[in-house]
Amino acid sequence: MIGQSPLRTFIAHAVLILGILIVAFPIYYTFVASTHTLQTILRPPLPLLPGGQLWNNYGEALFGGIGRIGGVSVGTLLLNTTIMALGVAAGKIFISILSAYAIVFFRFPLRMTFFWLIFITLMLPVEVRILPTYKVMVDLGMIDTYAGLIIPLIASATATLLFRQFFMTIPGELVEAARVDGAGPWRFFFDILLPLSRTNIAALFVILFIYGWTQYLWPLLVTNSNDMNTIVIALRKMVSFADADTEWHLVMVTAMLAIVPPILVVVLMQRWFVRGLVESEK
Amino acid sequence: MAPQLAITLVFFYWPAGQALYQSMLRQDPFGLRTKFVWFANFRKVLADPAYLNSIQVTVVFSLATAIVAMGVALLLAVMAEKAVRGKGLYRTLLIWPYAVAPAIAGMLWLFLFNPSIGSLAYLLRSLGIAWDPLLNGTHAMILLVSAAAWKQISYNFLFFVAGLQAVPKTLIEAAAMDGAGETKRFWTIVFPLLAPTTFFLLVVNTVYALFDTFGIVHAVTGGGPGKATETLVYKVYNDGFVNLILGDSAAQSVILMAIVIALTAIQFRYVERKVHYG
Amino acid sequence: MKFFGFAAGVAATLTLLSTTSAFAVTQISWWHAMTGANAEVVDKISKDFNASQSDYELVPVFKGTYPETLNAGIAAFRAGQAPDILQVFDVGTGVMMAAEGAIKPVAEVMTGAGMTFDKSQYLPGIVGYYSKPDGTMLSFPYNSSSPILYYNKDIFQKAGLDVNSPPKTWNEVWEAAKKIKASGAASCGYTSTWLTWIHLENFAAWNDVPWATQQNGLAGGDVELKINAPIFVNHFQALADLAKDGTFKYGGRTSEAKQIFLAGECGIFTESSGGLGDIVKSGMNYGIGQLPYDTDAKGAPQNTTPGGASLWVFGNKSDEQYKGVAAFFSYLSKTDVQEYLHQKSGYLPVTLAAYEATKKSGFYDKNPGRETPILQMTGKAPTDNSKGVRLPNLPQVRDIQNEELEKMLAGQQTAQQALDNAVTRGNAAIEEALEN
Repeated sequence: MIGQSPLRTFIAHAVLILGILIVAFPIYYTFVASTHTLQTILRPPLPLLPGGQLWNNYGEALFGGIGRIGGVSVGTLLLNTTIMALGVAAGKIFISILSAYAIVFFRFPLRMTFFWLIFITLMLPVEVRILPTYKVMVDLGMIDTYAGLIIPLIASATATLLFRQFFMTIPGELVEAARVDGAGPWRFFFDILLPLSRTNIAALFVILFIYGWTQYLWPLLVTNSNDMNTIVIALRKMVSFADADTEWHLVMVTAMLAIVPPILVVVLMQRWFVRGLVESEK
Repeated sequence: MAPQLAITLVFFYWPAGQALYQSMLRQDPFGLRTKFVWFANFRKVLADPAYLNSIQVTVVFSLATAIVAMGVALLLAVMAEKAVRGKGLYRTLLIWPYAVAPAIAGMLWLFLFNPSIGSLAYLLRSLGIAWDPLLNGTHAMILLVSAAAWKQISYNFLFFVAGLQAVPKTLIEAAAMDGAGETKRFWTIVFPLLAPTTFFLLVVNTVYALFDTFGIVHAVTGGGPGKATETLVYKVYNDGFVNLILGDSAAQSVILMAIVIALTAIQFRYVERKVHYG
Repeated sequence: MKFFGFAAGVAATLTLLSTTSAFAVTQISWWHAMTGANAEVVDKISKDFNASQSDYELVPVFKGTYPETLNAGIAAFRAGQAPDILQVFDVGTGVMMAAEGAIKPVAEVMTGAGMTFDKSQYLPGIVGYYSKPDGTMLSFPYNSSSPILYYNKDIFQKAGLDVNSPPKTWNEVWEAAKKIKASGAASCGYTSTWLTWIHLENFAAWNDVPWATQQNGLAGGDVELKINAPIFVNHFQALADLAKDGTFKYGGRTSEAKQIFLAGECGIFTESSGGLGDIVKSGMNYGIGQLPYDTDAKGAPQNTTPGGASLWVFGNKSDEQYKGVAAFFSYLSKTDVQEYLHQKSGYLPVTLAAYEATKKSGFYDKNPGRETPILQMTGKAPTDNSKGVRLPNLPQVRDIQNEELEKMLAGQQTAQQALDNAVTRGNAAIEEALEN
């Protein structure tokens, strides 16, 4: 590593800490809210430090609160959400890495047309095409199924674009060398492209897992059975701004619960970035 | 490639085609009475002064959001690379806010952070700051850009970090031995190597600001005060999803799509040429 | 293609699982938008109804916010998968009424199932809102509320106001608000949720002045807004003047202002009767009064109108399903069920019998605030001005009103200009909506 002056290091730390304060504060504040009594939460301003209700609130929410209002046990909710998030992440990475591979490394007729056909899908969010998309799901019998939750969300181009950008940075010599070594397209893909894409796949997995995890409107539409609900839906069901009292302390606990699993994914996947660093320094 | 095309065709093009068809219809929400009107909806939308105002708002909003979100993320990513100690911890803390669902964020926003009613607003007011985004259009826009950019910082940060990892350390060390200062090293070596990532993020952030922000607008300002923060996509959402004027809404989303396709084509043609691959 | 195979397999398995459950009983689906404590009430009522008989199984499904639920219902209808019962919020009433081919009036559902349906047993103010001009009841009122006045007794005390007599007229509200602000008892005197619903729609009904022509749209046809009449202009100019120095504080277009009141920033507050729950739980020393009226109005106070939602029944279902729906609605009308609903959820009872029973039980002595909205709605027989408002595009018209009022409160235009603009733009939007 290159040496740095202490002042520059200090500035770097200061900027980072400020950044974290801005970016992470809302979540910290949610956690703070989840440790106070309902009465404290209802009379703003909320204190900046955690209160003493941590165990009471979490106990109440886990063993009654969420299930009572959501109608389904916390386990089922988390399981559904996990299946959906994993499905979306894995499915999207799988289809986009293949597409990007085809677009970048093969020459075939209408190549750019296909690229644009896929690419344009970036530009129409689910909410805007909701009526027709719903009709497709009904026609295919995919209401109340995991497939119905997952597949329509895979039809988008972000990941394809990212892999395309990345594959284009791979030097032509490497492709040539592989060809000279007699590696077929599939061996080239598995032995060279996949290992090289590891950091990108890890980054995408994090993004897509979270994307799948945080979906709200789509799962709300395609599930008619409470057993298929996700944690985000259950959370929204607990919150009422008008016309009903809301058990905010339990809501905050559920919000934390909805946030923690994706955080774990982020933390665990980070090892992949770090490993990528170590290897590139060899 | 076949799987993606198949999924795209069934779950995207078919519905999108229907949206196109819808844009030429006058129809009640339940689809009981339908009248085919060719381009009347488009003419109506384009002649509406509110729509033109909305275009203006959108340009300001999208530019500001993309610049803020990418600038802050790049700065943080570079700093995170520099900080030798606690690098992993910093990275983790900066990414995990991304884990908050927009549906939850909107709710928390209203409850805790809404500058007129949340706890933070209370603090601002007790400090004597005349902060009133509910009635002051400029304040509302600042608030909206902060909220939209806030949500995107973690995302951009993640990809900038991944991009920085890919920059060979040997190159930087070589430059350092040649006596290049840190700032110069960044702009002459690191930044050009980040170009593919930056380009990817530029496209994604533009699309994000234009399309994925109606939830934030809905939760934070609701397009108000007046029409000061009514962006194009919020108008599509509000007219179609809330007010159930399907024809207008579909026509607007077709126009919006055309705008973004044109924008992206331009980005690909002119910006990507300057992107340095490998 | 592996993934497709997996997905299809999962799909097939789930379809098998889900279709084996219902054979003997007819399932009745009910899509609703109830959250928080109200969601628990929905689940409890459904469970009790299912336990009370063995022919039908009521399945309640949460479908998001009111607009989300309405959209889900519309999407499902267009895909041929409409639920049996859909809960639609008050402003969506016009949309549902216009969709005559899609829905089946509740009155027909009940008589078709051979049940007698006596409208006189229901609270007239509520039933009128959900009926056609000829009196046919179209939807079943499930949750209704009405705006009332809340005040902070501690702040009243500090400001030297009588803690036991809340302001009755708007002029009294303005005076009390000024006194609160001037005495330093609180930083703001008065705030309100839902300016459109409370200060336009209910203001018109409560003062017995027209909000629009054609009985505020209930009689159908071409409707023109009347909200730029002098009584509205004076009211809003007073509000705009108070907003200048912060005596009136604007909180947002919907329920956001509740937080300002809960934080103890404002002394007086107008809000839906449904907002009572949070105020009680916050532990505030609060008082309740009727919605203030305008002393310039001859007929005031007349009656307030309901907000909330009602249950709509979709068309083209089997007779067996309609019988199930009818059975559920008559169960829902039972006095003890209504009593439970009213006392647990804070919504108004739909039947007179439930109101009388609740009164007898002494509930209102313990919870005086709960009776206020009922008295407001039942005090007098509704006039043409006070049955409620109905437009096919009420949400859009409310948006327009909010935009103009916000500009007024920001000091960019006078009340007269704001209301004139709201009328012009609103009328244009209504005309266009009627064309569709």
